[in-house]
Amino acid sequence: MNLSLENRTYVIMGVANKRSIAWGIAQSLAKAGARLIFTYAGERLEKNVKDLAATLERNDSLVLPCDITNDEEIKATFTAIKEEVGIIHGLAHCIAFANTDELKGEYMNTTRDGFLLAHNISSYSLTAVAKEARGLMTEGGSIVTLTYLGGERVLQNYNVMGVAKASLDASVKYLASDLGKDQIRVNAISAGPIRTLAAKGIGDFNSILREIEEKAPLRRTTTTEEVGDTALFLMSDLSRGITGETLHVDSGYSIMGN
Amino acid sequence: MSDVLERVSQIVVDRLGVDAAEVKLEASFKEDLGADSLDVVELVMELEDEFDLEISDEDAEKIATVGDVVNYINSKN
Repeated sequence: MNLSLENRTYVIMGVANKRSIAWGIAQSLAKAGARLIFTYAGERLEKNVKDLAATLERNDSLVLPCDITNDEEIKATFTAIKEEVGIIHGLAHCIAFANTDELKGEYMNTTRDGFLLAHNISSYSLTAVAKEARGLMTEGGSIVTLTYLGGERVLQNYNVMGVAKASLDASVKYLASDLGKDQIRVNAISAGPIRTLAAKGIGDFNSILREIEEKAPLRRTTTTEEVGDTALFLMSDLSRGITGETLHVDSGYSIMGN
Repeated sequence: MSDVLERVSQIVVDRLGVDAAEVKLEASFKEDLGADSLDVVELVMELEDEFDLEISDEDAEKIATVGDVVNYINSKN
C-alpha cells in the first residue's frame, strides 16, 4: 500500500491558470504517476490549460471542454473520456462561481438569480459530474471537491458562496452514502484561503490572507502544493477507509476562536 | 520609469497575447488590448507578484490604461 498512482487515470475539473488549486492537485497526482484528463469551461481557458498540461512529464494528458451547467455536455465529455481511457479512478472537482458584486457587503442582498447561479455552478455540478463519473469508476474510485470554512461559519464577504459551500458539503455526505456500495469515496478538502483567480473575486481578499498569517497555528497561508498533496492522499489507497469527510488544509485556522 | 514600463509591457504581452508595439501608455486594457474582466484580475495578480506589492480592490478598479499601471507602480516605489 503506497501513494503511487501508476496505471491510474484521474479527471481534473477547474484549472484556470498556474495559481489554481486544481493545478496544484494535478501536479501532485502527476508526480505520483497518474495519467490526467483536464476539463475546462469556456474557450478563454483552453490555451491556459493546454499550456500547463504540456509542462507535465507525461505527454498523454487529455484536455477537453466541459460546461458543467449543461447536462448534455457533461455526458458528452464523459463519453469522450470513456472512449479514450475506458475507466477512471478519481475526479477532482474544483469549480465554483458567484457574481463578484454578491461577494461583498450583506448576504441579504443576494438576488434569486445570483443565488441559483452560485448553487448551480458551485454545488449541483458535483452531483451532476458524479452521476456521469460513476459509470467509469468500475474499479472503485475517489471523488474530491474543494470547500471552504465560509460554508461552516459566517466569514465576511463570502456570502452566497458560503451558502453554496454548505450545500456542497451536504452533497458530499449524500453522494458518499449513495456511491459507497460501488467503492467510490467522496470527500472534500477545506483549503485555507489561497491567492487564486477565483479568490480575488472575494471582497478585500488580501486582508483575509493577512489574518491567516497572524492567527493560524502554523502562522502562514495555505499553498496549492499542500492541498495537492492532501488530494493525492485522498485519491490514493492510503485513505481507503475515509468517505464523506471534510479535511481542513488551512494551517489550522479553523480550530481557532476569535 | 522606462524600466517599469518595460516590465509592465512584458506582462501585458505575455498575458494578453498582444504585440509589444500595441502596449502604449494610453492604451486601454479593455478597449485597445482586448482584455476581459478576468484578464484584468490576472494582470493585477501578475503585477502584484512582479513588483512585490498589494493592489487594493479600490485601486485595481481605477486602473484602465497601461499608463495608469506605470503611474501606480511609480507612486508606490
